Amino acid sequence: MSDTQFDKSWRKRTSKQELALWLGWLALVAFFVFCWEVMNKNTIWAFVSDAPRQAMDIGSRMVPPRWDYLPSLMEPLWDTIAIATLGTLMALFMAVPVAFMAARNTTPSTRFVRPIALLIIVSSRSINSLIWALLLVAIIGPGVMAGIVAIAFRSIGFVAKLLYEAIEEIDAVQVEAVSATGASKAQIMDYAVVPQILPAFAGITVFRWDINIRESTVLGLVGAGGLGLRLQESLNVLAWPQVTVIFILILITVLVSEWVSAKVRHAII
Amino acid sequence: MSASGATSYLRTWSRPPFVKRAWLRWTLYLGALAYLILSVGSVEVNWVRVWEGLDRGLRFIEGFLVPDFTSRWEDILIGMEESLTMTVASTVVGVAISVPIGIGAARNIAPLPIYAVCRAIIALSRSFQEIIVAILFVAMFGFGPLAGFLTLSFATIGFLAKLLAEDIEDIDESQAEAVRATGAGWWQIVNYAIQPQVMPRLIGLSLYRLDINFRESAVIGIVGAGGIGATLNTAMDRYEYDSAAAILILIILIVMAAEYSSGYVRKWLQ
Repeated sequence: MSDTQFDKSWRKRTSKQELALWLGWLALVAFFVFCWEVMNKNTIWAFVSDAPRQAMDIGSRMVPPRWDYLPSLMEPLWDTIAIATLGTLMALFMAVPVAFMAARNTTPSTRFVRPIALLIIVSSRSINSLIWALLLVAIIGPGVMAGIVAIAFRSIGFVAKLLYEAIEEIDAVQVEAVSATGASKAQIMDYAVVPQILPAFAGITVFRWDINIRESTVLGLVGAGGLGLRLQESLNVLAWPQVTVIFILILITVLVSEWVSAKVRHAII
Repeated sequence: MSASGATSYLRTWSRPPFVKRAWLRWTLYLGALAYLILSVGSVEVNWVRVWEGLDRGLRFIEGFLVPDFTSRWEDILIGMEESLTMTVASTVVGVAISVPIGIGAARNIAPLPIYAVCRAIIALSRSFQEIIVAILFVAMFGFGPLAGFLTLSFATIGFLAKLLAEDIEDIDESQAEAVRATGAGWWQIVNYAIQPQVMPRLIGLSLYRLDINFRESAVIGIVGAGGIGATLNTAMDRYEYDSAAAILILIILIVMAAEYSSGYVRKWLQ
């Protein structure tokens, strides 16, 4: 067929591609509709149609905020910050060895130790801190301690993952230079490896601390101390003016921690 | 230094300190130490309770070794079904809403008023945590997965629209210029110059968000927004650690599967 008629107008795709694309979209839409139906089979639409009124109702109850509740929130705020900070510190102590075990260039054994380290990282990351808190409150009892451990367990995976990637990316030339001076293994670690990952380490720490402040504000919902505990109490008695104060305080805390971490990261890197 | 001209070099090398100014360094160190002592001191630990709890911890570990999938299988199935459908529906809706907002929040193609509104929506969605949004939505829409779906869709907007907007701002201008030179209108520029450049990343980000939404859907059930979190919460409240362990194992497996497959799809796309 030498006398092919070319199209006068340019088209992005061949008709086969267009068909495949169209089918793909159709499948996606069908899947979405299916999920929507399954999800909403128990939804009571009368409640949903009532939602704007409910929202107005809650909104009108939330103002004015009960500002004299603020002083009694200072202690839980301190607890929240303590949970985030001590949790982050605890996580660092556990994450550093895990990171060195997971990095290809520092692990003692790629076949046995590295998979274990990677397993620790994955399981720590896939369980949310609120679920960790749920478990730990059952095990070590409600309070700040459970919150700290929950934050620590949640952070190990995050810190170790980013840190081991930083370790794998270090410049081998520097390691070689230090080992050429006859340095021992510990000295190579101290003078060639650690200085190279220190900025990354500090950045990761502050970044995670910032995330942890966010997460520790709600851990109290499952009994792990801090602001969330007061939130739960206020929600239980439907004290919406107090809830507003707590929300505002959480928002300010998160914004301040974000600002601090941005400043510190800027200073380090 | 002296007339002989011999400078006395330091015989030993020491590392440069972390913070140059000595007074600032010591203030920082002392401040950090004081804070640490104070905060550790303020943590009250009921060691008797911890001691009693260790027994439960052991039972929990046993539960992990012998997870019980059968006795609560019905509840687990319902929870998982809710979580998974919630995840898919909220990601689809969230992405569909974030695309126009993301386009609006890109300074190079949106006029200033639209840019400001879209950025405000993104900031609002990012500053509230999922769990707090879920509390509000449960209060408004009642218990169940619909509140969770709305929460996750809302959270998706902040994440996806922000990254999409940054991506659009980073595009290769020359391609947009070339399309503009043909006399294309605004829609045509978006369709032929911008969309092909950001599409692979948009798909990658959507898959990543699908992953995040599943993880979050496992949590918001704790405040009544449907999903596997509610089942987990019930299991923990009833001290059924073997069922709880089964749920956790399922969550970890699904998260891992999602991570691997989305990584695979992203590689295939690029």
